[in-house]
This record gives sequence, C-alpha cells and structure tokens, in this order.
Amino acid sequence: MNEVQPIRTDAENAIISRFPDFAKKQSHWGGAEIARERTAAFEILKSKGLPSRRVEEWKYTDLRAMLRDMPSPAEAPSREAVEVAAREKSAIDLSDAFKFLFVNGKNFAMVKAEGFEIYSLANGDKLPKAVSDTLARERKHALNAAVALNTAFMTDATIIHVPAGKRLARPIHLAFRHEGKIAQSSFPRVLIVVEQGASVTIVETQDGPAGVAYFDNALVEIDAGDQAEVNHVRHNNAGGASITLSTLAVRTGHGTKFSSFAMATGGAISRHQMFFDLAGKNAELSVQGATLLRGKQHADNTMIADHMAGGCVGRQLFKTVLDDNSRGVFQGLIIVRPHSQKTDGKMMSSALLLGDDAEMDNKPELEIFADDVQCGHGATVGALDENLLFYLRARGIPRREAEILLIESFVGDAIQHIENERVREALMSCASAWLAERS
Amino acid sequence: MLEIKNLHAEVADRKILQGLDLKVKAGEVHAIMGPNGSGKSTLSYVLAGKDGYTVTEGSVQYQGEDLLALQPEERAAKGVFLAFQYPIEIPGVTTMTFLRTAVNSVRKQRGEAELSTPDFLRFVREKAKDLNIDQEMLKRAVNVGFSGGEKKRNEILQMALLEPKLCVLDETDSGLDIDALKVVADGVNALRSPQRSMIVITHYQRLLDYIVPDVVHIMAKGRIVRTGGPDLAKELEERGYAGIETEIA
Ligand SMILES: Nc1ncnc2c1ncn2[C@@H]1O[C@H](COP(=O)(O)OP(=O)(O)O)[C@@H](O)[C@H]1O
Ligand SMILES: [Mg+2]
Repeated sequence: MNEVQPIRTDAENAIISRFPDFAKKQSHWGGAEIARERTAAFEILKSKGLPSRRVEEWKYTDLRAMLRDMPSPAEAPSREAVEVAAREKSAIDLSDAFKFLFVNGKNFAMVKAEGFEIYSLANGDKLPKAVSDTLARERKHALNAAVALNTAFMTDATIIHVPAGKRLARPIHLAFRHEGKIAQSSFPRVLIVVEQGASVTIVETQDGPAGVAYFDNALVEIDAGDQAEVNHVRHNNAGGASITLSTLAVRTGHGTKFSSFAMATGGAISRHQMFFDLAGKNAELSVQGATLLRGKQHADNTMIADHMAGGCVGRQLFKTVLDDNSRGVFQGLIIVRPHSQKTDGKMMSSALLLGDDAEMDNKPELEIFADDVQCGHGATVGALDENLLFYLRARGIPRREAEILLIESFVGDAIQHIENERVREALMSCASAWLAERS
Repeated sequence: MLEIKNLHAEVADRKILQGLDLKVKAGEVHAIMGPNGSGKSTLSYVLAGKDGYTVTEGSVQYQGEDLLALQPEERAAKGVFLAFQYPIEIPGVTTMTFLRTAVNSVRKQRGEAELSTPDFLRFVREKAKDLNIDQEMLKRAVNVGFSGGEKKRNEILQMALLEPKLCVLDETDSGLDIDALKVVADGVNALRSPQRSMIVITHYQRLLDYIVPDVVHIMAKGRIVRTGGPDLAKELEERGYAGIETEIA
C-alpha cells in the first residue's frame, strides 16, 4: 500500500538520525536476538512515525504533536549525580525496601538481594529458565509506540527473579530518578518474573528536576505465575517540564492475585499504559489510579485488561482531580475472549473538575466475545457537590477545608485499596500535600 | 437572640418567604408548624446561609449582628445550628473524621484550643451514648447507608458536640417511629438551657408532646399567620391546616 508520508517532526527526525550510532554503541551486548528486536522496533517507528490523534489509541494524547523534539539519549551519569540521586527521597520511600536506583535510566542498584535474584541483560548474565522462557515469548504490545521506542533505545534490561514459593516480606523499590540540568531521554527497562506461589510488593517511583524538559520512557514487565501474589504501586512525580511515557505489561497465571496502583502528580505530559494479559483461569486483577493535576498538566491512563482465560475477576477504579486548565484522559478496554466464560469485570473512572477550564476525556470500552460474563463500566465527570459543601460548612468547616475533605475522600476511595499500609499512607500524604499547595 | 423582620426570600426566582416576622428570646423554644410547601425548610436554609436562597427584603438580627452578612461556617461558629430535614450523605468521609473536623473548626473560630484526639474521643463517646449511637456507626461514612433514625440521631449528636446557641430543627421527627422519636426528643431536651434557643419545625403536633415549646407559630405561604402557646398546636391538630388556612384567607 502506498501511504502518503507526512513531513517528519523534529522528534521523528531525531529518532531516525540518532538510531544508527546508538544501536552501534549498544551492539556489545544482547547478541543477535536483541539487535533484531531493536531494529524491528526502530523500523516500526520509522515507517509509522510517532502516533498522532488520528491513531485511535492516541486520540487524546497526540504524541506526535506533544513530543516536539526527542532529547538525546542520556549519557552515563557522573558519580556525583549518582551520589546526589542516592540521597534524594521519594514520596514513597520505605526504609526496609530493596531499592533499585535508576539514574537517567541506568540501574545503579546497590541492593543485596535476599530471597530473589538480579540479572542484567547488558552484562550477559546467565539467566534461569523461567526468565529466558518469558523473554522468548512474543511481545504482544511490540507495535505500541512507547514500547517500540523503549525497545529501540534500551541500554539494558534489569531482571528480577523471584523463585517459586518465595514470599518477600520486604518490598522491591524501583526508584527512577532524572538528574542534571540538561534535557535527556532515558529508556529504563525492567523485567520481573515472579514464579508460582511467590509473593512480592513492587513500588515504582519517578522523580526529576523541575524545569528540565527531559523525556522518560520506562517499560516494566511483570510475569506473575500461578497462584503468585503481586502488589504493584507506582507514583509519577516527574519534574514539571518533563514528558513521560510508561508502560506496565503484566501477564498473570492460574489463580494469580495481581494489584496495581498508579498515582500521578508530576510531569507536564504523561501517559501511563497498563496492559494486563489474564492468561490463566481464576486470576484476580485489581487496578486503581489517582491522578492530581493542575496548571497545564496533561495525564493519560490507558488500560487494557485482556481476559484470555475464564473465571477471572477484574476491578478498575480511576480517580482524576483536575484543577486550573489541566487535562486528564482515561482509556480503558476490557476484552473477553470467546472461551473466557464466567469473567467478572468492572471498570470505573471518575473525574472531579476543580478548574473551570479543566477537561477530562473518558473512553471506557468493552469487547466481549463470550456469553456467560458479567462486565460493566462507568464514567463520571463533575464538580464538587455544592450540597455536600454546604452541609460541611453548616457544621463550621470553612469552605477551603470542606473542599479538601471532599477531594481527599474522592481520591482516598481509590488509595484505600492499597494493601501495604505505609505505601497507602505515603500516597495519602502525597494527596494531602498536593491539596495544601492548591491556591 | 434572634429577630427576623419582614423577611422575603426567593429560590430559583420563586418568591417563597413573603414578609416573615419572628422574635426568639434566649432560652425559648419556638415551634413552627405549617403545611408542606409553606416555606419552613426555606426559612431554615436562609438562616443557615445556603447559596441560592436570596433574601430580597427584610433583616435577620442574631445576637445583635446581621446574620445574613455571614458565611455559613461563620454562622455555625457563632452558634447557629441547623438539623437538616434531609441529612446529606458524604461517601468516603468517616463520621468520626467529619465530627472532629467540625468540632475543631468551630473551636478554632471561637478562639478555643483544638481538642486532642483522646479528649475528642471521650467527648464523642459520652454524647453518642446518650443518643444510643454505637461506635460502629461513627466509623461509617457520614450518613451513608444510615437508616432514617440513625441520620436524625447523628444530627442531634452534631448539635450536642457543637454546643450551639440557636438550634433550628427541621422536621427532625419525620420518618421516626415512636421509640426513635423519644430518643431524639430526650437528646434535644437535654440541650435545653436558659442560654440556648430553639426553633422546632414540624408538620405534626406529635413531636411537641415530647419537646414542649414555649411559643407555637403557624406558617402558611411564607409568613407566620398565627402565634400562640402550646394549645395552638392542639387546636391545629383538631381542626387541621385547612381550617386554619380558611380562617386567614
Ligand atoms: N430549590 C428549589 N427550587 C424551586 N423551588 C423550591 C426549591 N426549594 C423549595 N422550593 C419551593 O418552595 C416552596 C417551599 O418549600 P419548603 O421551604 O421546602 O417548604 P416546607 O419545608 O414548608 O415543606 C415549595 O413550593 C417548594 O416547591
Ligand atoms: Mg421542609
């Protein structure tokens, strides 16, 4: 087919011109397999360009228009930068966590693993079978622009392997931090394989300097085996001028319990993609989000729950608070394959508009091919309820405090699902701090 | 305590209150009775300061101050309390958090120290016990899933905790069975004092057997049309609102 090529943007030109040198520099690791994957990803980007609003999936987050330029891929940070990063604290900072520190996309973990193993693809570490099997599996979302960008420009893949039956009492913390005043791009990549019956809590934090227009595009893949239990929480607190893309790609097994929570307060433009493949029967998937935006911030939560096997329960609840002229996006898709009977899926997205010029785009969708299922979705957008405010004020609570109480309860409704108490409280304080800064 | 003169108020461009006069002295309990739609709830909202209730004429003096110039929260802090006819449900906010925020907001505005958590808990437990409110109810979101009786008792609990000077009770008896009514009436009676005034709005005489008023007013079409002693309520019960309305017409 002969498609008309639109004129390339600066970002697209940057991708095309930087790739050959970049790929050459990375050719010392990964062998032919990685090189092939990398090139394939690049070819997708080159032929399709960055997705614009004409691409249905990117309708509300026009990456082509938003990512005007792609800053150069980050160089290895200086020792000082790493030391500075190591001292910084994130909103969620658990003293007992196994902390992996990623500075400008590169892993500087000084973790002593206990009960699990850490590998690096770039180091050519010999991988256990469970990991190589996962790596060998075809990537369903390889065509997605954010995933393809990460694959084309990855500098390593950090691999965490939790062997069968291991129940890690201490959480794993992936701390993604951007350092320095120069705008750079980073493409961190992590694969976590949690084998049968193992359990782990994973916390991701994303922080960076205000006023630096950096670009971050992380890919975290989690393969959770049969009966495994994984609680995942992420907080995007990226610098106020940054553009961030992030993808969480999850595959669950038989009877797996998986929860994921996405909080976003940072960044100028952000898009978090959650792809859940419910590949085994009777898994439980619980996903929530709390997004708090102000100024001109734009944040997108895009979720696909693919019920590839029957009997799974899926619950999604996303809460978005929009002040000033910020913009929120929620796209949620529940797919139920023909043989996935007894699927029980519910998806809800609610937005609270505080600013007169704030905007929310909700796009919930169901694609159901099985007949014996229970699926539903809902979406609401509205301002604070004046009747509720009046009731509180009639009890002596000043308007501003009444608003805070109502907004806290609005996002608290999602945050309360987080199992780990300290993480839950950290995110609740984070929401309170955001509210305290409200003018 | 309270002096309302020639009060006219509109809601959504509809004239509801049309020249209402009412004077309540400290320590007095006044009952306002009237048919549905006569403007009783509108009066209570105007006194509490709800948006959308526009006063077009007249004045309301409360403890020598222009009540209408104050924000709802300021009125509450100065001692005006409205027990809502339809208490609002607030999902996600526990009753305990709500009560503590309210009590401490009011204390702060009154120049009093905020209560520590243990002091507050002791205070709430004591008042809640008198109203047959158990601890479980306090842990639930405000009014969410509460029965009619629980909602009304929760209103009286708030009234007890906020220590108001002027209480306006809007049909606190509606939807209550006789036992629940007694609990609520006992709660209200316990708060009667020479410094505290009450306006008890009701559609039925029944409540006034338990909360005996000093003065009874009959309201119709946005005005007080008759004023008398407790006997007036009895007369009303015998003759019905229709009889009274023909009399004034
Ligand atoms: N928000 C409103 N918008 C329009 N009309 C209203 C509103 N609130 C009350 N009214 C009208 O005002 C009149 C008085 O209502 P209300 O004060 O609730 O009476 P009562 O409490 O005595 O039953 C009624 O006719 C009612 O329909
Ligand atoms: Mg009424």
